[in-house]
This record gives sequence, C-alpha cells and structure tokens, in this order.
Amino acid sequence: MSWLNAIIQGILTGGFYALFACGLSLLFGVMGIINLAHGDLAVIAGYVAVLLIPETHVPVVWSFVVVVPIFAVGGYILQRTLLQASLDRDPFTTLLVTFGLSVVAENALLEAFSSNGQSLNIGSLIAHSFNPTTSISLSYFSLTVLGVAVVVLGALQLFLSRSGTGRLIRAVADDKEAAQLVGVNYRHIFGIAAAIAFATVALAGIASGMYTEFAPTSGPANLLFAFESVVIGGIGSLWGTLVGGIVLGVAQQIGAQINPAYQVLAGHIVFLAVLAVRPRGLFGLRTSS
Amino acid sequence: MTTGAAPVPPTVEAGSLPGVTRSARPTAWLGGLGVGVVVLLAFMPSIVSQADTSILLNFFILLTMSSMWNLLAGYAGMVSIGQQAFVGLGAYTVLVLADGGFNPVAAIPIAALVCAALSVPISLLVFRLRGGYFAIATWVVADAASLVISSIGSLGGGTGKPVPGLSSLSPKSFEQVTYWAALAVVVVAVGMTYALLRSRLGLVLAAVRDNEVGARSAGARVVTARRIVFLVAALGCGAAGALLAVSQLNVQPASVFNVQWSAEMIFVTMIGGIGTIEGPILGSVVFFLLQQNLAHEGAWYLIIFGALAVVIAIWAPRGLWGTATAKLRVQLFPVGYYVGRTRRRDRPGSAPPAPPAPPVASTV
Repeated sequence: MSWLNAIIQGILTGGFYALFACGLSLLFGVMGIINLAHGDLAVIAGYVAVLLIPETHVPVVWSFVVVVPIFAVGGYILQRTLLQASLDRDPFTTLLVTFGLSVVAENALLEAFSSNGQSLNIGSLIAHSFNPTTSISLSYFSLTVLGVAVVVLGALQLFLSRSGTGRLIRAVADDKEAAQLVGVNYRHIFGIAAAIAFATVALAGIASGMYTEFAPTSGPANLLFAFESVVIGGIGSLWGTLVGGIVLGVAQQIGAQINPAYQVLAGHIVFLAVLAVRPRGLFGLRTSS
Repeated sequence: MTTGAAPVPPTVEAGSLPGVTRSARPTAWLGGLGVGVVVLLAFMPSIVSQADTSILLNFFILLTMSSMWNLLAGYAGMVSIGQQAFVGLGAYTVLVLADGGFNPVAAIPIAALVCAALSVPISLLVFRLRGGYFAIATWVVADAASLVISSIGSLGGGTGKPVPGLSSLSPKSFEQVTYWAALAVVVVAVGMTYALLRSRLGLVLAAVRDNEVGARSAGARVVTARRIVFLVAALGCGAAGALLAVSQLNVQPASVFNVQWSAEMIFVTMIGGIGTIEGPILGSVVFFLLQQNLAHEGAWYLIIFGALAVVIAIWAPRGLWGTATAKLRVQLFPVGYYVGRTRRRDRPGSAPPAPPAPPVASTV
C-alpha cells in the first residue's frame, strides 16, 4: 500500500513540476531560447513574497495575487531590455546571459538572505488532507496545485489557439520576420510571452514555497526538474509537459520509497532513459535534433 | 605555447592565387617566448612564497578547465554546463586509485583517460539534444554522477574522503610536486588545444561554425568532430579534477561536482574572449585578480564576475582579448589562416608583383 501511496504522491508532485515547466516550454516554443535562470526566478518569487507580505497585509495564501503581476511586468521589462539585446546577437548569447543571471541571482540571494531555508507559512491549510485509507493521504494543497497546473496549461492552450494575441505569438514563433512584414511588432510579442512565462514561474515558486522550504541554492533543482518534465513529455507539447511532470514525480517518489537518497537520482535515470529510448519524448511531435 | 612558428604555407604561384598564411605577422619569436614563460613558471616554487605558489596552482587548474570549455563552446558551439561531471569523476578516480595504493600524482593521467572513456557513452545521450537543451542535459548528467558517487559508502558517501598516499612527502616537496603536476597539465591542455585547432579537425570546426549546412554538404563529419572535442574536453576537465584531489588531499562530492566550476569556466572564457586560445588565459588572470581583491567579501566576486560576463556577452562578445586585438591582428596562438597576403620571402624576385591584396583579409 505504501507503493500505491508513493505513486499518488508522485502524481501530486507532478502538478508542481508541470507548473514550473510550462514557462520554460513556452519561452522555448516562442523564442527558441532556454532560460537557464528559470529555476532561480521561482526562488526569487518566494523571497519577494517573504519581503512583501508583512508590508501589504495580504494573507500568505493570497501572496501570489501580489507577486505574480510584479513578475509579469518584470518579465516584460527584462525581455525588452537585456534578453532582447542578447537575442539580437544569437541564441548562444542568450544561453550564456541567462546562465550568468542565474549565478548572479543565486549569489546575490545568498548575500542578502544567507543560505538558510525559508518557507511561506500558510498555517494549518497545508496539513489538511483526504485519507481514503490509513496509508494513503491526499493533501488538499497538492491537489489544488495539480488543479492549478491543469487550469494554467488549459488556459495557455486556449489563449494560444483562440485569442488574437495567441495567434500573434504563434505567428511570431513560426517566422518572426514574416510576422514583422505584416505589421507585428515581434519584440512586443516576445515581451508578452516572457510576461506569461515569468507569471507562471512565480506562481510555481510560491506554490512550492508554501509546500516545502526554499533556499538561494534551490534554483538549479527547479530548473532541472522543469527541464526533465519538458523533455520526458516531449518538447513542444504543453499537455506532454503535464504528463512529463507526473512521470518525473512518480519516478522520484518510487525512488524515494526504495531509499530516500535515490529520490532525485531516480528522476534523472528516467529522464536519461527517455533520452536514450525515445528522444522526442512521450508526446513530442518534432524531433529534437 | 611551445610552438609559435608559422608553418610554410602551401606553395602558391604568384599571381594565380592569393597567398595563405597562418598569421598576419611573423610569429616565430612567440614560440621562444612561450618556452621562456613555461621555464620561468617551472622555477616559481623556489622564487615566490608558498601562498603564491598555491594561487598559481589554482590558476593552472582554472585555466585548464576554461581552455576546455572554450574548445567546446568557442570552437565547437556546444554550451556545456555539466563539465563538473568530469571534474568530479577525475577527482574520484584519483581517490579510488590512491585507496588502492597507487601514487596519486601518477594517477592524474589515468584519471584523465577514464574521464575521456566515460565521455563517449555520455555523448551518445546528450548529443541527442541541441543548444539549450544540450546545456541542461549535461547538467543533469553531472548531477546524476554526483548523486551516484555520493551514494557509494566506500567512497565516503556525501561527506567525501581524504586522499592517501602523499603524507610521506615534506610540505615543501608536496607543494612542488603538485605545482609541477598542475603546470604540466595546463601546458599539455593548452598545447593540445592549439595542436587540435591547427589540425584538420580545427578546419572542420571553423567550417561548421561559419556554416554548418555548408560544411556538412562539403563532406565534413560534423558529429564526429563534435564527439572528439567533447572527449578532449572531458580529458582536460578530468585532469583538472584529478589535480584538485591531489592538491587538496581531500575529495567531497558537493565540492568537486559543484556547478560553480562550470560557471567559472564560462565566465573566464566569456570575459577573456571566447573562440581564442588567449582569451581563457587573460580571463583567468582577471578572475584571480578579482578573487584575491574580493576574498573577504564572500560571494561578491562571483556576482561581479557574472555580471561582467553578461555585459561582455551582449556588448563585447569578443571578450577582452578579442576586443583589444581586433585591430592589431595579434595572435599568440595562430590557428586560423589569413587569405590574401603573400609572404614576401615566397615571392620570386623577378616575377610580376602579386595581385593587390583585398582590402580586408579574412581570417578562417
């Protein structure tokens, strides 16, 4: 029965990973760049919440209402300035610039907040759970996060396929020069995509900050798990990302069931196995090479 | 650093084809200078203090790593953030061999070879992804390697283990032996990079960098070239990791598998000048000057260095060396070719003058 519980906990963890991954996936899909600072953004969101909550008197549970808009605006500004400047060089430069920003952010947080873990305390809300049997426990909070991940992915899918702005984003992703010829300001569209990506990663950072501790050095782990979710699910598929997150979560929980030290390693092994056997991922449409 | 002499260019009939040279200027004297610098560095332990010797040793380790990363990214276009995998595996190979009674210093080349061998199966996996996804995949491999090593109890688990076998040496001779080992590794690493880039492989890499599709259609074995570069970079980073184990006499997974190694390699290369052999050398000097001056400020040197790397990547992508020498066309390590200049001594005295050189000589 503890194995069944491990699988259920893994599925629930998958919600967090999918939430982390959708911004990474979106930016890659639209601009063809990987934001290596993605994981650190989630950590920064946690620290922004820690700093702002005493000032704004917003209940901790609702802190995302404050932080997510800040990140959306910040994402747009960062994209229009530094990221666009690096993108104008080449994708190679963007990769190095985002990695540089990641290291700078991590060390700046270390200087400002020390290496101690922090968390966003939402009190007893985190403890409530639904227990169908004595050995299985479904945390309402994790279920909510999984629900939020499904809603965010669904909304993103709808936004991209139905709305006018979504159509512009897809057009720019396909061919930004051609889009520009018919009057689309692709830099503005890139900015909007970055705003969405930053907003979702802030949401993910806050959700995970409420659930577990975070520290300045948590960024790379966030990035690696998000990336593994994207590749396992298949590059370019939003729903694949959700499945990838769940597969990763289940693999980690099963690994932890064998030996707590194997939790992260089991996820890496499943990722490498997918890379070896099915490099385009479970739902990938395009080949990766 | 040992050979700076320009080779005799292919014989070209004056007036029919532009001459091809390795360098804009004769550079034979640079070879002598390089040998002189290495000889001077070899005597350093007797000249400078123990603290300075130790700084130089760490400088050699960082320079070895950065040269390897420069080869990967600057010449083969592969951004790896997982080179710490080979740093760690190199360090642990030394530990395993030393535990088995092997001399740790003699284990350094073996550790490098083990890392090169391990890079082949790793490349089979990570080469399935390109660009940014390749970068993170190498990072995942490094993290997985770290977790595997940490779970092996006989290697000290997560807390690591001291490296035995050198306790019989006096502090002075230990310092000298490790210093000379590091100097040998860095000379081989830079020399190997130089030789590699002047070989046919260097030509293939240059062709791929300029136009991958064109290079493929001309028959260049692009994937093979990349695989060789990945292997050489693993070799060099493995040697650097082995040096870390020998000089610190202690191996700890969180330290040798730290992504900070990759960060330092990347920043050093970007700041010094990516795509030049001189760049990592200059970048390493800048890094150590900054680190020494900010040693008491905690992580500030990494913040400043990272921010500097970001600024340089966007606004001066040739780095300090590339920007400084763009006009002068000075190369300490000429690896490309200059087309359009006929060397004077190759011109037959009685032949009509060579056609005028194009206004801008292109470097390959």
